[in-house]
Amino acid sequence: MENLIALLIAAPLLGAAVLLCGGRRLDAVGHWIGTVLAAASFVIGVLLFADMLGKAADHRAVTQHLFSWIPVAGFQADVTFRLDQLSMTFVLLITGVGSLIHLYSVGYMEHDERRRRFFGYLNLFLAAMLLLVLADNYLLLYVGWEGVGLASYLLIGFWQHKPSAATAAKKAFLVNRVGDVGLSIAIMLMFTTFGTFAFTPVLGAVDGASEGKLTAIALMLLLAACGKSAQVPLQSWLGDAMEGPTPVSALIHAATMVTAGVYLIVRSGALFDAAPDAQLVVTVVGAVTLLFGAIVGCAKDDIKKALAGSTMSQIGYMVLAAGLGPIGYAFAIMHLVTHGFFKAGLFLGAGSVMHGMNDEVDMRRYGGLRKYMPVTFVTFGLGYLAIIGFPGLSGFFSKDKIIEAAFAKGGTEGWILGGAALLGAALTAYYMTRVMLMTFFGEERWRARPTASPAEPDVEPAAEERGTHAEPHPHESPWIMTIPMIVLAFGSVFAGAFFGVGNRFLHWLEPVTGHEEGNSPVSAATVTAATLVLLLVGVGIAYLQYGRRPVPAVAPRGSLLTRAARRDLLQDDFNHVVLVRGGEHLTRSLVYVDHTLVDGVVNGSAASMGGLSGRLRRLQNGYARSYAVSMFGGAAVLIALTLLMRAV
Amino acid sequence: MNPVNYLYLAALLFTIGATGVLIRRNAIVLFMCIELMLNACNLAFVTFSRMHGNLDGQIIAFFTMVVAAAEVVVGLAIIVSLFRSRHSASVDDASLMKL
Repeated sequence: MENLIALLIAAPLLGAAVLLCGGRRLDAVGHWIGTVLAAASFVIGVLLFADMLGKAADHRAVTQHLFSWIPVAGFQADVTFRLDQLSMTFVLLITGVGSLIHLYSVGYMEHDERRRRFFGYLNLFLAAMLLLVLADNYLLLYVGWEGVGLASYLLIGFWQHKPSAATAAKKAFLVNRVGDVGLSIAIMLMFTTFGTFAFTPVLGAVDGASEGKLTAIALMLLLAACGKSAQVPLQSWLGDAMEGPTPVSALIHAATMVTAGVYLIVRSGALFDAAPDAQLVVTVVGAVTLLFGAIVGCAKDDIKKALAGSTMSQIGYMVLAAGLGPIGYAFAIMHLVTHGFFKAGLFLGAGSVMHGMNDEVDMRRYGGLRKYMPVTFVTFGLGYLAIIGFPGLSGFFSKDKIIEAAFAKGGTEGWILGGAALLGAALTAYYMTRVMLMTFFGEERWRARPTASPAEPDVEPAAEERGTHAEPHPHESPWIMTIPMIVLAFGSVFAGAFFGVGNRFLHWLEPVTGHEEGNSPVSAATVTAATLVLLLVGVGIAYLQYGRRPVPAVAPRGSLLTRAARRDLLQDDFNHVVLVRGGEHLTRSLVYVDHTLVDGVVNGSAASMGGLSGRLRRLQNGYARSYAVSMFGGAAVLIALTLLMRAV
Repeated sequence: MNPVNYLYLAALLFTIGATGVLIRRNAIVLFMCIELMLNACNLAFVTFSRMHGNLDGQIIAFFTMVVAAAEVVVGLAIIVSLFRSRHSASVDDASLMKL
């Protein structure tokens, strides 16, 4: 049975190869080839899952050795796949949600003449992501990691004719590179410390290694995770990545790719457990990001960017949980899976809204859409209820557990982390209610459109195209797009209860991640109650602001914080001032040193040699008698020196 | 007679020859001055040979004479052809070999 593992990757990889090399002949059927192969991978995943369920909990991890990749004495890199409960969870999430999004894309990309290529890239992404989660050693994981980065670059920049999309793709790629460097350094450190980079030997040997080295490795892994998972300080690419087609945002930037960082941390759990300092940094990064993303999400008028802020914030929850150690690993993955459902559903809903609204993304141009798009409204609404943690839905079970685990960390840290997580829950409720109200409720602001957009410095770039479209005619999307949304809505509603009741998910993952019960200073019931109160407060404030009052069609100037949040809390400005300007100054001063000092020495010595020889040349005057003088002079000096030496 | 006096004579002759090379322009005179210096050296060699009771210096003197004779042949040929082409035997006029 374990021989099927390679097929999981091979199916989408074959799809990518066929679609990208097949040429225009496949234009008519390419999207179905891609979808069928993604679904095939999912079917294989389900078969393996069924097989795994038949085994005892401790014997579920299987490996498949494919071939020796780089066999050198003392350095053994194998292509080996490892399928355990953790990778199984990811395989089902990636192929399941991935197949649904393939199906959705068939409808969404219907009018795009490069649809075949789009499906090729989607398949390539699936293959890379599966390689990432199935690899049995860090080097192979790195291959998948880079493959995911490549696929992300290709998909964000899919509409490359738009300069903004091309720039966003480059930005995502470059920011990801920073994290990738961290991962490669971590792998090198692992090799020098443990002499190997396969999971089992490395994670088994952490007890013998010095804590300083472990902390260094863990921090480098965290840097890698920050890059892929868009955590502070490497989060700036995620908002811009919304330039890609909406299915890309749903698949890559919500459900799967950005979770790679969480996977990396949970997979390396034993290593992080042995480096408490690094773990503390992980929790801080998670807590900061979950507030950061939530604040950004509160201010964005672009529906996709608001959702991107929300993604960042939810991944922050997962990273926070992963940083808590064995108390939180399982809950991080559980939130990851439920988030995969509801965030993919929300993004697909947003795509459906855009589809019916002439690709308008500004929520101030929406309003009252629930009458025109009932299916989208219901599925998006269920996703909304799930993400804010409405009791009984997915987010309620998974997020609540993380908040409890944060308090269970104990001490002052526990209170701070738990408080941040609680505040994040309130902010989540606020910004999601805002999205919901602005999109589906209120007056129909898309009817009365100004012909030209007034010059406002603070509005989103999407406003450029305002006034160029005719008045939209909102309509429900075709069945091929609504079916995936309905399936994901089911997941959003029931996945949490299915996983959470009786701690089913926890027991499933426990053999891989381990688990400890924390002793929380506050009881679970108190946490739940506090979460619900804050949820109501968030929803209430949003309702007062956007439900009771009409939403202005042009964004008001807003407070200082709002304006900062609209600019991603000045992240790009910070990067520009500190990194770009700093880099420019550094290179300029290096160029100056190079020109003056290095070139000065070289050119100066050359010039002085030239000058000297120019003067020496004058001695060659052609007069035989002057040469005779030199000879006599030289001979006289030699004789004088000889005599002198003799005398001494 | 004290052989050192021959050395003084040799030094004097050499100096006269060297001065002549440096201050005269006529190629023939220059040439004769060079011969004078060679013969001053020969005199010194012979003197030293006598002083040290060793024949090496005398043999060297013969070598010098042979080389000087050969040199005279070549040198005079150069001077004659130089004079033919330039109608002058001044060494300063032939100063084209320079940078």
